[in-house]
Amino acid sequence: MNILAPFIPAIPLAGAAVLLLTGPRWRDRSAGWLASAAVAVAFGLAVTVFGTLVSRPVTLRLSHVSLFEWIGVGSFRVDIAFRVDPLSTVMALTVTGVGAMIHLYAVDYMRGDPRYARFFAYMNLFVFFMLVLVLADNYLLLYVGWEGVGLCSYLLIGFWFERKTAADAAKKAFVTTRIGDSALLIGLIFMWSRFGSLDFDRVLPHAHALANGTATVMAMLLFAGAVGKSAQLPLHVWLPDAMEGPTPVSALIHAATMVTAGVYLVVRSHQIFEASGVALTIVAVVGLVTAIYAGLSAIGQDDIKRMLAYSTISQLGFMFFGAGMGAYSAAIFLLVAHAFFKAVLFLGAGSVMHALPDEETDMTRMGGLRRAMPLTAVTWVVGWLAMAGIPPLSGFFAKDQVVAAASQAGRIGLWYAALFGALLTALYETRGTFLTFFGEPRHRGHPHDPPSLMRTALVSLAVGAALAGVLGLSATSGLLPKFLTPVVGPTKEAVAGPSELVLSIISVAVALVGILTAWLVYLSGRIDWMALRVRFASAKRTFQRGFYVNDFYSGAIVGPAKLAAAFVAYVVDRRVVDGTLTGIGRLVSSSAGAARRAQTGLVRTYAVGILLGATAVLGYLVVRS
Amino acid sequence: MADWIVFWIIAPISVVAAGAMILARNAVHAALLLIVNFFTLAVFFLILGSPFLFVVQIIVYAGAIMVLFLFVIMLLGVDQPVPLTEHIKGQRWLAALLGASLVVEVALAVRLGIGYSHGRLPDFTAVNRGGNVQALAKVLFNSYFFPFEVTSILLTVAAIGAMLHGRRNIAEEETVDTAVGETAT
Amino acid sequence: MRTPISYFLLVSALLFTIGTVGVLVRRNALIIFMSIELQLNAVNLALVAFSRQNGNLTGQVLAFFSMVVAAAEVVVGLAIIVSLYRKRRSADVDDASLLKG
Repeated sequence: MNILAPFIPAIPLAGAAVLLLTGPRWRDRSAGWLASAAVAVAFGLAVTVFGTLVSRPVTLRLSHVSLFEWIGVGSFRVDIAFRVDPLSTVMALTVTGVGAMIHLYAVDYMRGDPRYARFFAYMNLFVFFMLVLVLADNYLLLYVGWEGVGLCSYLLIGFWFERKTAADAAKKAFVTTRIGDSALLIGLIFMWSRFGSLDFDRVLPHAHALANGTATVMAMLLFAGAVGKSAQLPLHVWLPDAMEGPTPVSALIHAATMVTAGVYLVVRSHQIFEASGVALTIVAVVGLVTAIYAGLSAIGQDDIKRMLAYSTISQLGFMFFGAGMGAYSAAIFLLVAHAFFKAVLFLGAGSVMHALPDEETDMTRMGGLRRAMPLTAVTWVVGWLAMAGIPPLSGFFAKDQVVAAASQAGRIGLWYAALFGALLTALYETRGTFLTFFGEPRHRGHPHDPPSLMRTALVSLAVGAALAGVLGLSATSGLLPKFLTPVVGPTKEAVAGPSELVLSIISVAVALVGILTAWLVYLSGRIDWMALRVRFASAKRTFQRGFYVNDFYSGAIVGPAKLAAAFVAYVVDRRVVDGTLTGIGRLVSSSAGAARRAQTGLVRTYAVGILLGATAVLGYLVVRS
Repeated sequence: MADWIVFWIIAPISVVAAGAMILARNAVHAALLLIVNFFTLAVFFLILGSPFLFVVQIIVYAGAIMVLFLFVIMLLGVDQPVPLTEHIKGQRWLAALLGASLVVEVALAVRLGIGYSHGRLPDFTAVNRGGNVQALAKVLFNSYFFPFEVTSILLTVAAIGAMLHGRRNIAEEETVDTAVGETAT
Repeated sequence: MRTPISYFLLVSALLFTIGTVGVLVRRNALIIFMSIELQLNAVNLALVAFSRQNGNLTGQVLAFFSMVVAAAEVVVGLAIIVSLYRKRRSADVDDASLLKG
């Protein structure tokens, strides 16, 4: 049955190919339906594959499907091979499931766009590459998917390329992730040099034998790729700008799937990280610092999509933090749950934007929308509470496990920091919710709930966000952790700290504190938050501009880079390169001009020439003898 | 002894005639001086033991070729004195230099005895046994038969070529003459 | 024979040089041509001199052929000069410079 595995990515690829080649012929919504159907079929196949996997005993839950040998050079061999194991199946299900819903939503959302069919072609292409990434059986194929999703991200962020901001954002995303991608590639080369192969089964089981330093370098190179792709500090700057793309794109790529590729990579390669003493700690620290940084920045955002973008960065930080603590199942669990509730939030934001005039994204110009858009509000609330970590929604179980992992590993300092991060999450998310859906209406126009298709998508995702918690009710014995055990090992037992129950209560308490604070400021009416904004304007601006990291890059890196590029283009290229070439041309023609003067056309000068030669030869003969 | 005297009389005449020829301003004078030179050369041939060539030189060169030259000179009417100014820079210097170096080189070659022996000249009478003509004929029609035939063809071809070249066509007359001194575009 | 062969060779060299200088210096086509004839004759002299020295008739035969070829060459060359003159009304060699680069 597992020969079905290659078809999971193949169907969306076919969809993309059809839509790319025959795009203009499709009537608007038909293209969208086709694309959604492709992803839905892929989801169905993924479920079937999952079913066969589950029907086997735990020790046999791994199969390879090799299509053909791609590279065979000497002893180095890379196949186009897919891997069916618990981790890849979970990822595939998440990608196709959430992806199908988002495609469905986009059928109506993108209606009327002149390049409708192409949009769906790109979306399908993206799903294809993402599936290649998660189903690959070797690092090189994973890298193919990695690059492919980067390409599709570029295409989709810049989908409305007529807008300069969108085109710039797409470029920025590509260039920034490129830094990570290059590191990843170097890491792969390094891996090949150590292992002679890039297959998971030839690398990972032997990773523990690596020397400490080697493992650290390799792990850090891989992690650098993850930092770029998953928008962690310091390569996070592209994600807020990526919100220029259509909202379904933001939901699919920049919330639910592509950005999670980094987490997947780290979890998949965990043996390498474990072989090094410090790699996991670095991952955890980077994740945590990013989570807090992004959380703070999210509080200062007025643009609803940018807030969600920083929120994604923050949640990804939590995932990395969990992985760094060794709680791989928890990280994946958070990944899955996050896919649902972040998608819900993004699609809800999309509905709000669609409903208000001029695609309004500024939350200060929204308010009280729960009355005008009840369904959207309900699904949003589900997403909000899930993210904040309120039981019994999925976010509670997922985030709680991640945070608890710190305490259980005995790292109390990190645990406090993680709790602070959770507080911030609740805070900014609640702020967003209250500003948008509650309070007095500050908006213009007459908003209403989106059409039925979009509503269906929203509801399905909200249900998922709510119920996904069932996958991991317990960190040690939950469905997901047990399912992932063959790949990531058993969940570590608590080494220290309070029991699971106590930790959960603390998590919820922290979340409630966050919600309460936000309610106090924004909804209770006791504090004039608008005046507060004005008074603390510069502080707010700092938060809003992500603590000026982006501006720092602009000045310190981009500016000089542009200067260098201008220098090379105008000085080196024009003067040196072109000058050399034209110079050579001029040299040739001037020397030809000089040589021309030998062609006098006069017989007598030619006679002189002949005689000169003859005399010289004669002289040589005389002298020689 | 006789050849010594003859040589020292004829050689200066030869060289002087040649020199005067190239400096002559009148083409007819030049032609006549060349004829004198040819005569001296004929005498040289005689001294060197080739009476056949002595006669042939006079008949062919002085008698036919130079007559042709004179015909053409008369035809073209170039018996007017020509200016001896030189337009090409450095031509005269170069000519003098090259000429001098040529002489020097050959003199050196001769002095150093390159390519020939200093020994006593062999007895030439044996070679000319039966007369120079017969001896020449023996060599010519045996060893050099093929070049002989080829040169006869050459002569025929040359005659035909010259005939074709000298034809006056009506079309040729109407061809536009390129102006004298005009350079190619 | 009392005169050494080298004397003849020297005379031949002198005549050849004079002919060469004549080709280089004169502008009239006919005189240039005559100088070329002079060169040819100088060579003939050298040939016959060597024939005498080596004691066989090869040099003389070669000189003979040289004369034949020179005759043919003169025929054609003069024909060319005549038609050149007809075209340009001038026997000045410097005027035929259409191949100037």
